[in-house]
Amino acid sequence: MSLLGEPELTEDGEFVINIGPQHPSTHGVLHLKVWLDGETIKKVQPHLGYIHRSIEKMSESLSYRNFIFATSRMDYLSAHINNEACALTVEKGLGIEAPPRAQAIRILMAELTRLSSHQLWWGCMGLDLGAVSPFFYGFRERESIMEVMEETCGARLTQNYMVPGGIMYDIHPNFQNRVKNVLKQIKENFKEYDDLLTGNVIFEGRTKGVGYLSPEDAISYGCTGPTARGSGVSCDVRKWFPYDGYDKLQFNEILETGGDCYARYMVRMAEMRQSVRIIEQMIDNIPEGDFQTKTKAVLKLPKGEFYQRVETARGELGVYIVSDGAASPYRIKYRSPNFSNLSALEHMAKGAKIGDLVAIMATIDLVIPDVDR
Amino acid sequence: MTTEELKLSVATLFPAATFDETGEFLNVMVNLPEFRNVMKTLRHNSELSFDSLFCLTCIDWKTHLMMVYHMISKQHRHVLVIKVKLDNTVKPEIETVCDIWKTANFHEREVFDLFGVNFKNHPDMRRIMLDDNWDGFPLRKNYVDENMISL
Repeated sequence: MSLLGEPELTEDGEFVINIGPQHPSTHGVLHLKVWLDGETIKKVQPHLGYIHRSIEKMSESLSYRNFIFATSRMDYLSAHINNEACALTVEKGLGIEAPPRAQAIRILMAELTRLSSHQLWWGCMGLDLGAVSPFFYGFRERESIMEVMEETCGARLTQNYMVPGGIMYDIHPNFQNRVKNVLKQIKENFKEYDDLLTGNVIFEGRTKGVGYLSPEDAISYGCTGPTARGSGVSCDVRKWFPYDGYDKLQFNEILETGGDCYARYMVRMAEMRQSVRIIEQMIDNIPEGDFQTKTKAVLKLPKGEFYQRVETARGELGVYIVSDGAASPYRIKYRSPNFSNLSALEHMAKGAKIGDLVAIMATIDLVIPDVDR
Repeated sequence: MTTEELKLSVATLFPAATFDETGEFLNVMVNLPEFRNVMKTLRHNSELSFDSLFCLTCIDWKTHLMMVYHMISKQHRHVLVIKVKLDNTVKPEIETVCDIWKTANFHEREVFDLFGVNFKNHPDMRRIMLDDNWDGFPLRKNYVDENMISL
């Protein structure tokens, strides 16, 4: 069947339709081929690659300073955290560590990124399920975080703030005050979030019991982040393999046991509060000192293999660098969270109604450039 | 299990395996014929129980290809890296593991797409990112594309 041709009917009387690549609920260019029996989903086949840029191949010809910036374009909603992962991998190879001030600022930035990412997800999830207001509420707070980012990093979306050995430059003098104001606002507005969606009867009807993923399947499919934690699988990298001083902070790993869309929703809602908690601990305790370790102009990693993982807003991002001693990586692999999470979509959607597919996709929190890379 | 204990128990189970401890994780080199058996044992042995395959990729070393499997046991919290050398670079082939870990389905398709490694008994061995009639395997070191520009 051609992509835009007439819908196909299989021998079993199943109806085959295409969702995407240009569809509002796929949050990018994801193309799903869906086999339907009436309204019930029999099979889903994701077709990827519409935005494949082969960042891995590109990174092989870039220096260890430059390849970091390409990764902002993977999961653009967690650009900071992607950069952090790469910077940490290079630091691991060089055997250096960022100074305490840089680590503190990295954590602050990462948690602000997580907050803004979850807010965008919350707004879009409402929109996907037919509620328009959450979209505006979500973007309102996100905007104030973006302004803080813009002031310190000079960019709103692809910040490129992390460098091997620390951060690119020190924070703006207004940073601490602005973050405190943003936090105050966000904490007040959490109540509105709950009023609008969490306790809403229609919303609960659309999400409870929909898209069930068992803990065993979550592990087997390699799901991480809120997708796996909604099924009760402990996988928070910040707790399992602490980096940048997360082990010194007080916060909880959020676990829900429902395994459905509602559980994944509740995990992200609670994670936002944990992020606020982390930022509150750090904002007045940024250590004085250097924000960058001195490194050579041309970085060369010793021969060997280095693996570093971080917790992005969507799950575990792994950066695997194979070095042959040259000034650019011999092979680099990004184990992106969304790629593995998406592979569980077919399992979750089987037997659901077609309207539920949108709810399931919304709670996986897909970012397509992260899937395709 | 600590790295030493892990090494000991893997060495007892598979005497033919060789080890490399220079990196962060314990690396185990496995022969191609016994690869499938090793993976099954690692997953189902109750002392090892590697239930999560968190990274699956391939490295092109020009003379040969190297399959790399990173796995972790959620229960015991130990990490192991399995490596398999593929000498045939023209038509590399290896057994699939996607019935052992479901996540391997997508990752193996990615390796097939970008490195041209064929996974035997994989249920859906198609290209995942690129067009079906794409010529060559982009992540191979000998891949040339006249449209490729240097940054």
